[in-house]
Formats: sequence, C-alpha cells, structure tokens
Amino acid sequence: MSTTAALALAPQLRVRQRDASAETEAQLGIAAWAMQFTPNVALEFPDAVLLEVSGSLKLFGGLTQILGDVREGLAAMGFTASLAVAPTSRAAGWFACAGQETLVTDAVRLDEAVSALPAAALRCDPDILEAIAAIGVITLGDLLALPRDGLARRFGQTLLDDLDRARGRLPDPRTFFTPPVRFDARIELISEVTQAEALLFAARRLLLQLAGYLAARSGGVQRLVLRLAHRDGGTTAIAIGLVAPTRDAEHFTLLVRERLGSVALREPVHAIAIEATDILPLAGDNLGLFPDDTGTPGNWERLIERLRARLGTEAVHGLATHAEHRPEHASVKAEPDERQLKLEFGERPFWLLDAPRPIAEVGTVPNYEGPLTLLAGPERIESGWWDDDDIARDYFVARTSAESLVWVYRERRGGGWYLHGLFA
Amino acid sequence: MISIASNASPIPALAHPALWRGSELARVSVPSLPTGFPALDAELPGKGWPTGSLTEILPARVGIGELRLLGPALAGLSAAGKRLVWIDPPHRPYAPALAAAGIELARLVIVRTRTDRETLWALEQALDSRTCGAVLAWPSAVKYTELRRLQLAAEDSRALAVLFRPQQATVESSPAALRIGLAIAAGGLAVHILKRRGAPLERAILISSTSFHSHAVDCSSPAGTATRSAAARLATA
Repeated sequence: MSTTAALALAPQLRVRQRDASAETEAQLGIAAWAMQFTPNVALEFPDAVLLEVSGSLKLFGGLTQILGDVREGLAAMGFTASLAVAPTSRAAGWFACAGQETLVTDAVRLDEAVSALPAAALRCDPDILEAIAAIGVITLGDLLALPRDGLARRFGQTLLDDLDRARGRLPDPRTFFTPPVRFDARIELISEVTQAEALLFAARRLLLQLAGYLAARSGGVQRLVLRLAHRDGGTTAIAIGLVAPTRDAEHFTLLVRERLGSVALREPVHAIAIEATDILPLAGDNLGLFPDDTGTPGNWERLIERLRARLGTEAVHGLATHAEHRPEHASVKAEPDERQLKLEFGERPFWLLDAPRPIAEVGTVPNYEGPLTLLAGPERIESGWWDDDDIARDYFVARTSAESLVWVYRERRGGGWYLHGLFA
Repeated sequence: MISIASNASPIPALAHPALWRGSELARVSVPSLPTGFPALDAELPGKGWPTGSLTEILPARVGIGELRLLGPALAGLSAAGKRLVWIDPPHRPYAPALAAAGIELARLVIVRTRTDRETLWALEQALDSRTCGAVLAWPSAVKYTELRRLQLAAEDSRALAVLFRPQQATVESSPAALRIGLAIAAGGLAVHILKRRGAPLERAILISSTSFHSHAVDCSSPAGTATRSAAARLATA
C-alpha cells in the first residue's frame, strides 16, 4: 500500500524513513551488550541476535532468570524484541522472527514446534515462498510431510538443509560475534531537545548498553565522552572523568545527570552519542563479609566524582605544601588523597589572600582599618630570582585595631605595605 | 528538717538518668569531639563539638579566629584518618599553616562553588555520603528550610557539620543544635553560645590567645622554637 493510501486510512500516522545503517548499528550494539550473558553470540541479519546460553544457565540462575534479565535489559534500552528458546539456533531464530515466543528445551518438542511454524518463517526468496504457497503448503509440517527428493528438486537442496539444521539433523556452525575494541553508540532523538535534562532519557539507554558491553569485556572505563549533535551540524562534546574505573550503570547515570544539569545547550540537539575508548580491565567487586559502619572507601571516590561532575574537575582539590620560600607558592593544589611531604615553615596564617592587597601607610605605621601593631617579625623572604617572580619582602604578624591578627609585609624594593594573610 | 547536700534530690526518683532537669545540659547519644579548650568543653552538651547535627559559627568578622577554634578538633579527626571537606572558604586556605596546626593535608579537600545553591548541594552530598569526618561550609545566605534539610542530612552522617555565617544571621532562627558567636575581647576570643541543647548561657567564654597558639607549636623542631618565641611575643603584646 502506498504512503498516501496509508495516510488516508489513518491520518494520525507518523511516517519515518527507514534507516538501515542505524538498524545494523543497533543490532551490533545489542550483540555487544548481550555478550555479558554468554561469550557465544551470533548475528543473523537483518534483525536477529542469537545467544548460546547452555553454558551460562548455572551462573545466571536458570533459563527463566536469563530470559527475564535479557527482556528487562532490552526494554530498558528501548528495544522491543521477541525472545524464543530452542535446542538449535536456526529454530530459535525462526520462532523469534515469526513473533512466537516459544520455549522448547528438548528435541522431541522441537519437531512439533517447528512443524507448527508457518511456511513464511523459512525466510528464503519470495519466489520460493510463492511456489510453496502455490502447492498448498501452509505450515512447515506440511512441507516436511512431502517427499524429500521432490522438495530438493523443486526448491533446492538449501531449503532442505535449512529444515534439517532447524530440526537438529545437520550441524549448524556459526561464526561468533567479537565485540569492538571501543564503544561508540548513537541514538537519534525522536524530536529535537532544547533542555539538557531531557537528554538524560536517551543517554540512559546508551549507558545501559555501555554497562553491558563493559560487563562482557570484564572492563571498566575512566572516561566517557557524550557527543550532542546540533541542528546546525555542529557537535558539543562533554567529557566525564571518573576517579576509578567502573562499569556501574547507575553511577554513570548519576554523573551524566549532574553534568547535564549544568550544561546549557546553545542549539537544539537531535542526536546523542556516547563514546568510550579506553577500556581498562576491572575485576568484579569483592563484597565484604562484615557490614562497614563508616562507609566504604568506594563511597568517598563516588562523592568526589559527583562533586566534580557538577562543579567541574578543578573545583574540587586537595592541598599540599611545596618546599618554597615564597609564601604564595608554598601552598599548591593537589589531587585529593595525594601523599604529602612534611615540611617546616615559620608562623603562617590560615588564610592567604589570592593576591596581596596594598594597604596604606600612615606615618610609619601600616594602616588596615586602623593602625596596625606589629607583633612578630621581620621575617625576611627573598627568593625566586630564577623564574622572574623574585620577591624581597619583610613579613610581620600584626594586630589590627579590631584585634584580629593579620600577616602583612613590606616590599623591600620600592617600599609599600601589603596585606597577605589572615590568621583565623 | 531535711538538709540537702550538694545536688542530691530529696526525692530519689527524680535522680533517674532519663529525666532532664532545666538546669542541665542535654545528653547526647553520639560522642562529641573535644574542642581542645577546656573552658568551652565544659559548657557544651557532650563536652565537645556535636557530631550528627548542625553547628553554626557566626564570627563578628572573617579571620577573627573561627578556624583556630576548630583547629584541635580538625587535627584530631585528620590524624584519626577521617576526611575533612571545606566548601567555598572565603580565602585560600594556606597549607603550611594548616599542616603546622596538625591537620593532615592528605585528608583535606577544598570544594569551590559558584553559587549558594551549589554550596548547599555540595554540603548535603558530603553529609549523605557518610565518608567525611568534618564538613565546613561558608554559604552567604541560607533559608530556614534549607537549614532544616541540612540538619536532617547531618543526623545520618555522624560528621561534624559546621556552617560559618555572617554575624547578621544571629537574629535569624535556625534549627542548628549549636550556635556560637565569636567576638574579639581583650586578651583573646570571646565565645558566646547563642544556642545549645540545654539551659542558655548568658556569659561569654574567654579563650585566651596563649591557648590558641599553644596548639600550633611543635616543640621538637627548630621552626617550632621560632613559633614558640613568636607565640610568647604575641601573648605578651
């Protein structure tokens, strides 16, 4: 039926162009995700993924459990699928493609179930299907009842071989799918998005796919890149870094949500892609035997990541001392939890101003909200000639008229008093 | 005639520990952190900084000594391996001074935020994670509802949660369990306990400058002798 006829019958129909490459990408993405359940995954184009699960039944707790997990996972990623189970891969593929969610675990019932399939399940050329229909065959059972050499002569040996493979009479070797070395998946959004938070829904599907892929490879990532494709053709790349490699989908979702919350889209976005290039080996987590009372070390890293995701990586830092005479260089930013050297300094204020503030000099006494009383000093610091930031200063601890203690210095070259720190 | 000796009650049932009398300080269920200043410890319920509830410190001005007041407790926490998180401090914290005060720098994390909303969010995240020993924050303005929320977050966390607020906030009501105002007094710092669980305290506690600086001194090092002489000069000045 043509598009206009369809629209005439159902005016509320939404028509989309079929995108075969996106379908193939989705199929490959699902195959990579499904590898967390079994290493033996095969593809049957255009739209079937075959999983050989006999080796995984014990680990995942039985067939029903695996089916439930697969179904849930696919639904969470936004795919609708029909699942079927059979002793042979071809039969399982036929059941699923015919939309029948049959569960056959022994060979006896297999023959019955295959016979009940309609002839269209064969998925061969339309001419052959027409010819089969022309001779009055409706189900595969009817076809199997016909003499074998006659079938081979009329429709080709391949048809007969396929039937035998489906019923387990002939071997059916498959080439198994190997997952790609890097993860790169993309979703075209149904409608353009102007608020970053609305991207979370699509991003979550990609993150679930990523988590499955990482589970299949027993790996974790420390860095994700979100690429947003804009209407005008440009892309925005948002990189999210983690403190430790992980493959937890919930954790990824949390970080992405925090980051998207602080991003303002300059143009509407019509597609989102997630890319992860460095896959690091990550063994499974060992659970402790006894419950911890003050939180596990993992929680601390999670906190740092959450804070960094929303505020920026540079906004969260530790402190370290640096062996330097110049006061402003003696305190440096460091990574949290970095090991520190123990260094000795003289009396130093708790707070250092970002830049020394010039203060007035009244008479011979420096003045900062009233005359300052110099208490301790001078501590002469002259240093830094080697990197053009040399200083020559006399530092004093002083008390203001408001009775708080400050750290001031007098510039030896050129004079002038400056306030550099507060004792608090 | 019954002569009443010391605090013994004439009715023995009234001495039951579950009964609180108006003149007593509240009993705390979570252990408190000793402040390091005995005069202050004596006046706080639990004999120290409360953990698991919000504390507000309202100094008369920034840099008056509010951080040195917390210094011994923070040093104790970091030495015990607990983590310290400071959110949006007013100036750059100076590492050598903190190290000299006994704070393990490896345990300290500074968080820089741009708005009050981010400060309060980061504070709540740090408390919810239950991995911090102490969280200090410097928001510029907080509403009562936000304080209530932080108080609830602090209850689960068992951490020392301190908010530094400007002195104007003294008149605002707050659900924090402990509120302390700081002002300069002759010879040291005057600590006014504005609110505590228990009977109110009218007088201010004076913490002298000498007791401040004695905590910052490491007596075995040569730099320590320098600081000690500086401290001696400061005390006499």
